Amino acid sequence: MADPMKIRASVVGDSTEVKVLMSHEMETGQRKDAQGKTIPAWHIQNVTATWNGKTVLSAQWGPAVSKNPFLSFRFKGGAKGDKVEVTWTDNRGDKRTDAAVIA
Amino acid sequence: MRAKYRRVAAGAACLFTLGAATALGQGSAVEEIAKYRAALQDGNPAELWEARGEDLWKQKRGPKNASLESCDLGLGPGVVKGAYARLPKYFADADRVMDLETRIVWCMVTLQGYTDADARKGPFGSPDRKADMEAYAAYVTSQSRGITMAVASNHPKEQEAYRLGEKMFYFRGGTHDFACATCHAEDAKRIRLQDLPNLTKTEGAQKAYTTWPAYRVSQGELRSFQWRLNDCFRQQRFPELVFASDASIALTMFLARNANGAAFDAPAIKR
Amino acid sequence: MPRRHLTRALAAALAVPAILIGCVTAPDDAEVSAKATSMLKASFKEQGQAKLDRLDQDDMQKMCSVYAGKAPPKEVAERIEKANLASVKWPADGRFVGDWKNGEKIAQEGRGMQYSDDPKGPVGANCYACHQLAPQELSYGTIGPSLYRFGRLRGYTDEMRKYAYGKVYNADAYSACTNMPRFGHKGILTEAQIKDVVALLMDPDSPVNK
Repeated sequence: MADPMKIRASVVGDSTEVKVLMSHEMETGQRKDAQGKTIPAWHIQNVTATWNGKTVLSAQWGPAVSKNPFLSFRFKGGAKGDKVEVTWTDNRGDKRTDAAVIA
Repeated sequence: MRAKYRRVAAGAACLFTLGAATALGQGSAVEEIAKYRAALQDGNPAELWEARGEDLWKQKRGPKNASLESCDLGLGPGVVKGAYARLPKYFADADRVMDLETRIVWCMVTLQGYTDADARKGPFGSPDRKADMEAYAAYVTSQSRGITMAVASNHPKEQEAYRLGEKMFYFRGGTHDFACATCHAEDAKRIRLQDLPNLTKTEGAQKAYTTWPAYRVSQGELRSFQWRLNDCFRQQRFPELVFASDASIALTMFLARNANGAAFDAPAIKR
Repeated sequence: MPRRHLTRALAAALAVPAILIGCVTAPDDAEVSAKATSMLKASFKEQGQAKLDRLDQDDMQKMCSVYAGKAPPKEVAERIEKANLASVKWPADGRFVGDWKNGEKIAQEGRGMQYSDDPKGPVGANCYACHQLAPQELSYGTIGPSLYRFGRLRGYTDEMRKYAYGKVYNADAYSACTNMPRFGHKGILTEAQIKDVVALLMDPDSPVNK
């Protein structure tokens, strides 16, 4: 199973700023190994973030996103102590959900 | 292997483009690279290694099913905070000078019951295999961030390690006659566009030593100071430096003590 | 026993080991060097094409390590230069200049002799790592001097062509303890490759001389 994400969420004015680090190879499917064989694509496809259960971000990712991606975004609202949850799903069907409390 | 180098090559191409984009000025190319590094600071993936290392540190592992939480890194059993800024140092229980990795191996053997050989296995990670040792190093070093480097030279063996490390720094050999000093004993030198720290001076040693381990964007891996030493020797055309060997401890002692007085600032992020 | 005497006795007892430690901690420089060398040899393992004999130093490597990056005394420098000059194998055909286009490729090539390199793969001189050469290449290092307009500034003479060949073949023949590798002496480059690098420096048509 994939390693946990590192999520930080903090109140900035009337919004919440969320910073997420994900542990993923993000293999593009374009590269070849030493034997000349194509390395199969393996990357995150869907990312969703929820605030107290309500979706605040939904994204579709492709092979252009780097290895070990860093995602930073803001949403209107959010208060100290609220829960932010982030989920990613990759093209192999692997999935990971982690949560953080807004500071 | 090839795939990894491809990615490095892509990184190099980017650097070249940056250089070309800023017209002819070498100075501006260097500045652009500095900006690129600054842009990477936020959200350093090294934190993923730190988190994994902390988790592993506290897990019960090995034949004795014990965690590393009571490992004595020099400030007493269980104290991780600030320990790295005092390493390498002399440990009375082992009667020798140890650097971080050597000490972790020691704790894995004495606390967790691993054999010495098992504890030393596979210290550097690759995309196919993550190395626990690099995660440990990321976690322990992160607990010294902001703490002033103060490597001791009280014990005769600490003094001896420093002198041996200094000699090794100037040791020329191999097909290309290179020593560490070939690239790292003068101010303001570069290989291609890569600035080289003068490790014989306080400022250069501080800047270099306090920024390892680092997440290398070009490799997508966290690399420890041990790895940095090993890869320098590879490029020096030397054979392979053995992990946690006496020479690596002595050289680390030389460089760490030269960095005394600076605030430790890693795990960092580098291109 | 009065307290004062006890203190004195303790001080005397402590002083002895302190002196002993003092003797142990200050071995002379040659002794430290010898220990550092044997410790280094015990701390490496062979990997790929890089065998342990790469840590066996010749006279130049040994002497230049001793002087730790500083210029050696005149008589030592002369000895090193003389021995290294004597080792230069000059081209049998008496020609020093090859093809500058190939020389440029060799100057750009950084691979060769590392344990991670394919022993059958290309071996370059990586001149740009340390020197400025053709002005088109912005990514050059500064460990060595700029060689831009090498031939144009010095003159396209036989003497200079021979010097350039000798310098690339064995730099220590002209400047003891230089940072520059001995490309011919150590078998890094072939005779033909050295001629190509000399052409990059000495051919009037080379971009280095534009």
